[in-house]
Amino acid sequence: METTLAENLPQVTAAGVIIKAIIILAVISAIAGFGTYIERKVLAFMQRRLGPMHVGPYGLLQIAADGIKLFTKEDIIPQNANKLIFAIAPAITAATAFIALAAVPVFPDFTIPEWVPLLGGTFVPSIASDNNVGILFVLGMMAAGLYGPLLAGMAQANKWGIIGAARTAIQFLSYEVVTGLSILAPIMIVGSLSFVDFNNYQQGGIENWLIWKQPVAFVLFLIAGFAETNRTPFDLLEHEAEVVSGYATEYSGMRWGMFFIGEYANMITISVIAAIVFLGGYAAESMFGWLFIMLKIAFFFFLMLWVRAAWPHVRPDQLMWLCWKVLMPIAVINVLITAIVMMV
Amino acid sequence: MYETIAFYLFSALTIGLFLITVMSKNVLYAMTSLAAGMVLISGFFFILGADFLGVVQLIVYVGAIMALYSFAMMFFDATRDIKERNTNSALVFALGGLSALVLVLMFAAPIYSENIKALYPMHESIGNAQDVGIVLFTKYLVPFEVAAVMLLVAMIAGIILAGKKMDQSLTEDLSADDEILTTKDAK
Repeated sequence: METTLAENLPQVTAAGVIIKAIIILAVISAIAGFGTYIERKVLAFMQRRLGPMHVGPYGLLQIAADGIKLFTKEDIIPQNANKLIFAIAPAITAATAFIALAAVPVFPDFTIPEWVPLLGGTFVPSIASDNNVGILFVLGMMAAGLYGPLLAGMAQANKWGIIGAARTAIQFLSYEVVTGLSILAPIMIVGSLSFVDFNNYQQGGIENWLIWKQPVAFVLFLIAGFAETNRTPFDLLEHEAEVVSGYATEYSGMRWGMFFIGEYANMITISVIAAIVFLGGYAAESMFGWLFIMLKIAFFFFLMLWVRAAWPHVRPDQLMWLCWKVLMPIAVINVLITAIVMMV
Repeated sequence: MYETIAFYLFSALTIGLFLITVMSKNVLYAMTSLAAGMVLISGFFFILGADFLGVVQLIVYVGAIMALYSFAMMFFDATRDIKERNTNSALVFALGGLSALVLVLMFAAPIYSENIKALYPMHESIGNAQDVGIVLFTKYLVPFEVAAVMLLVAMIAGIILAGKKMDQSLTEDLSADDEILTTKDAK
């Protein structure tokens, strides 16, 4: 499938990519902060509470209060911890989450107006790094992000941390196969690993969306995505009732905040992948395509909060049972049926 | 120009990180630098334009293989240093000589590599993954299938070795508790 759109677009320059990277960093960090507010409000309404109400109108300034608290909190490194690895681990989580976003189309592409000094006329692309293996890159980078919790848990000389690290490895081995196999079926249909090709394949109305051709793969990918982002019902790594805070037990202040931002950035990444691969993506030719994909991403984000309010979390052995004995066979059968249908 | 800078940056970082992997007495440092080195090696593939291989390097080494390492790590106290006993001087001598030889070969390689041509060059029009796939399923079909069969054999062997009590749940089944207690008593 040829990407005709790419030929009409202006040249992508290094300055454009750098601006794009800064935009992604700034906006996603801000959304991650705002996401905490949304999460608390949504959870509160679902549990018939009010949620944060006191700071600002409807508690809107709660984000600022949380931010000030995070930035000014004392940064404690435990005495017997491996200090270097302890300090690096949160950066791994945050950095890989944002590197994964580099290959994902977020926000429309635009050209900076000519009257802006210095940067006038620079074309800012919608994908910072538009390589033709986008989906694999994003999934691989998100998998690399699990080194954050793993190293954090093992470096902090804390038993809860070690349990959190062990659960990280278990969770990784459980969901990774399901993610790969579930997204393999849509990849076979489209015949490309590029997000742009996925988007172009599903143009022309709701009936062309891949979710109608691959409903099983969609559900499997969502379940695996929940495990990938440590959301309830699969928040084994840091479940308060069992392992205090898991890998994040000894963390405080900004280092803990970086884990947090990484987790929210991963939630957004999974939402974007689900929206583009299964729900039609952005319609590049229409004005409102970007509005629609924002709505789709927002829906998946809301879905994660909804599930958190509605479901209890599972045990580690239940997660392994679910992934290896239920989801993986279904995913393999799905891939087989897709292949047979495509060949016939 | 960017590619040259990136190449030298990645080279220096990769060599440095793998040096830490070999030299460090701390298991955690060794594992972290190994993982980081693997990530940076995928950078070389991206510089060469082999996007697909780069991503495969990322997924296979960073994801799958390092997960296995991390399981082994669970048996150590990761925050302590390990006492190493290297008494075999003949082995050290042999390894040192070998690495010197490898260094000489590496620096001599660029002189020879002028003559090397790509047998299956990339096609600009079709994607990277398709190119790899075509070569894998035509020219290298037999090695590919043999590797697949070998992996399958290893997987079945692993399941048989580990799967003796797979039906028994350690958390739900009470008889498992008794079994653990009796083995403790026996000790």
